[in-house]
Amino acid sequence: MDVLLQQLINGLILGSLYALVALGYTMVYGILELINFAHGEIVMVGAMVSVSVLAALTAAGVPVALALPLALAAAVVVCVVTGVLVERVAYRPLRNAPRLAPLITAIGVSIVLQNLAMIFWGRQYLSFPPVIEVQVYDVLGATVSNVQILIFVVAALTMGGLLLLVNRTRLGRAMRATAQNREVAGLMGVDVNRVIAATFIVGSALAAVAGLLIASYYGIAHYNMGFILGLKAFSAAVLGGIGNIPGALLGGLLLGVIESLGAGYIGDLTGGFLGSHYQDIFAFLILILVLTFRPSGLLGERVADRA
Amino acid sequence: MAWAAFGVLAVLLIALPFLVEAGLGRTWVRILDFAMLYVMLALGLNIVVGFAGLLDLGYVAFYAVGAYFYAILASPQFGLHLPFWALLPMGAGIACFFGVLLGTPTLRLRGDYLAIVTLGFGEIIRIFLNNLNAPVNVTNGPQGINMIDPVRIGGHALTRPIEILGVQLSGPHAHYYLFLGLTLFVIFAAIRLQHSRIGRAWAAIREDEVAAEAMGIHTRNVKLLAFAMGATFGGLGGGLFAAFQGFVSPESFTLMESIMILCMVVLGGMGHIPGVILGAVLLTMLPEALRYVGPLQQELIGRVAVDPADLRMLLFGVALVLVMLFRPQGLWPSPMRARELRPDNPDQVRQEQESLYDAER
Repeated sequence: MDVLLQQLINGLILGSLYALVALGYTMVYGILELINFAHGEIVMVGAMVSVSVLAALTAAGVPVALALPLALAAAVVVCVVTGVLVERVAYRPLRNAPRLAPLITAIGVSIVLQNLAMIFWGRQYLSFPPVIEVQVYDVLGATVSNVQILIFVVAALTMGGLLLLVNRTRLGRAMRATAQNREVAGLMGVDVNRVIAATFIVGSALAAVAGLLIASYYGIAHYNMGFILGLKAFSAAVLGGIGNIPGALLGGLLLGVIESLGAGYIGDLTGGFLGSHYQDIFAFLILILVLTFRPSGLLGERVADRA
Repeated sequence: MAWAAFGVLAVLLIALPFLVEAGLGRTWVRILDFAMLYVMLALGLNIVVGFAGLLDLGYVAFYAVGAYFYAILASPQFGLHLPFWALLPMGAGIACFFGVLLGTPTLRLRGDYLAIVTLGFGEIIRIFLNNLNAPVNVTNGPQGINMIDPVRIGGHALTRPIEILGVQLSGPHAHYYLFLGLTLFVIFAAIRLQHSRIGRAWAAIREDEVAAEAMGIHTRNVKLLAFAMGATFGGLGGGLFAAFQGFVSPESFTLMESIMILCMVVLGGMGHIPGVILGAVLLTMLPEALRYVGPLQQELIGRVAVDPADLRMLLFGVALVLVMLFRPQGLWPSPMRARELRPDNPDQVRQEQESLYDAER
């Protein structure tokens, strides 16, 4: 029982991180129908910047209560600039090109970002400075640390903020309108280019938050971390129904829970035949199964066939 | 005239490894071999992506299946040393079977969902290869399988140098001729497929699936056929890779590899066979050519400022972006596609854009 609870807690925390990254994918996809392959790398940039700024500040004797927000702010600024730049240079010129062309530039951009990060920060792992003293609490036989709680709270607040932005503000309404029909939105007086740029700004800021949280979750940051993370987050977005914001939340949480439950129980389920390193298989297998029976994702609207 | 051009081309292709060796060294003959291998793989993926318009991001899984099938049955791993020429078609067949296995439940998905499912499948295969060393050691895990039997022709192992008619042929040279022959076969098969009844059915599905169905095309079976056909070529390439390299490990079959092959197809010109060949050759050569950026830095600014190994992939990414920005239709698109994408006809552009890989949209 406590194993189950423990895996559920771990899964929810991991899932909240996936959800945060998945939101970035889903927002861009909703508006541009583009798989923004570079998004995982933006998260990586956020993680690297926040870790190195945090390390520098704490080494200089800045108190943690000030250093953490400053590191986050630095990560947000760098990620937003990178995200907007990527949109401007690699995606905007191709908006009317064949659909696979921006996919290739996205891949190109992600290779570029990864290698820039490698040249800039080197190949070694950056470790997250131990700024918060870890305390472990006991919850019904399972353990949870204060850092984990903090991660979950920050992720939840960020996602709540995003939901408010999309559903309650003028910009959010413009975003939803653009996602539904770019041309008609333009006719209604929405500046589509600005909305798309704003989407990238918001998505990149989310990525920066996610980067910081993920670095503190794993305790390390590495130039190579973005790719597999992006892959899983994108899977989460598809699982929930891509282009759908609540779907990305649900998909992210579900993927996290499935992964940690899978890792915890796969040995028992298969009589010890398959070990916990098969956890990634679990995630992808569930993905394939869900999509086979619900081809548009869990919360995705049923797209009526054209006929 | 056409025959003369053909003759010149044939002589050039035959002389190519010797010219390359004389000009650039033995390593480049090996790179040439890999270019041939990638041409075969890219043409296989082109059937799926270019002809039928299905975005497949897990193509490397079939390549892996072919490679491991050969590696397991022709290496000290199980002490089996079955003959190459029997295993190669069997490996292709197994890959084809995997293609059908994946395609059957998933081919009704819309474009991007299909992409992510194929991607997941590719990862699953790789994770299995990585972990199937316990409890029964099948794939030898992350270490991979070593000492795989080379290709044998009439009892002669292709990796050993041989003298034919007074010409000394090294391993890479001999493989070049083998791969050239197979590549020509694959090109021939791809061209024949494109202009066959099935090829036209693929094009119809790519352009408009509903209309294709109304014309009496059994869309599910025809799409499945494209998938299976592409997978077969992937399996073929995998067997060749294993025998040529003598070593396979899960490292060679990552998602990046799938993406690389997709880039070859798109960069060259989707659905256009000469374009795809060009894309494959260019993208195989480019990272190797970029190894020379170290000496170049030395010459330009007098010192090596950035480690060339680091800079290499960076420049590769920049090149991908630039080519797509300036030629979104690919370097050498088919004449028809180039016309359809001409900006003075927005309606056709729109239609083309929407049907490119997502026929149901």
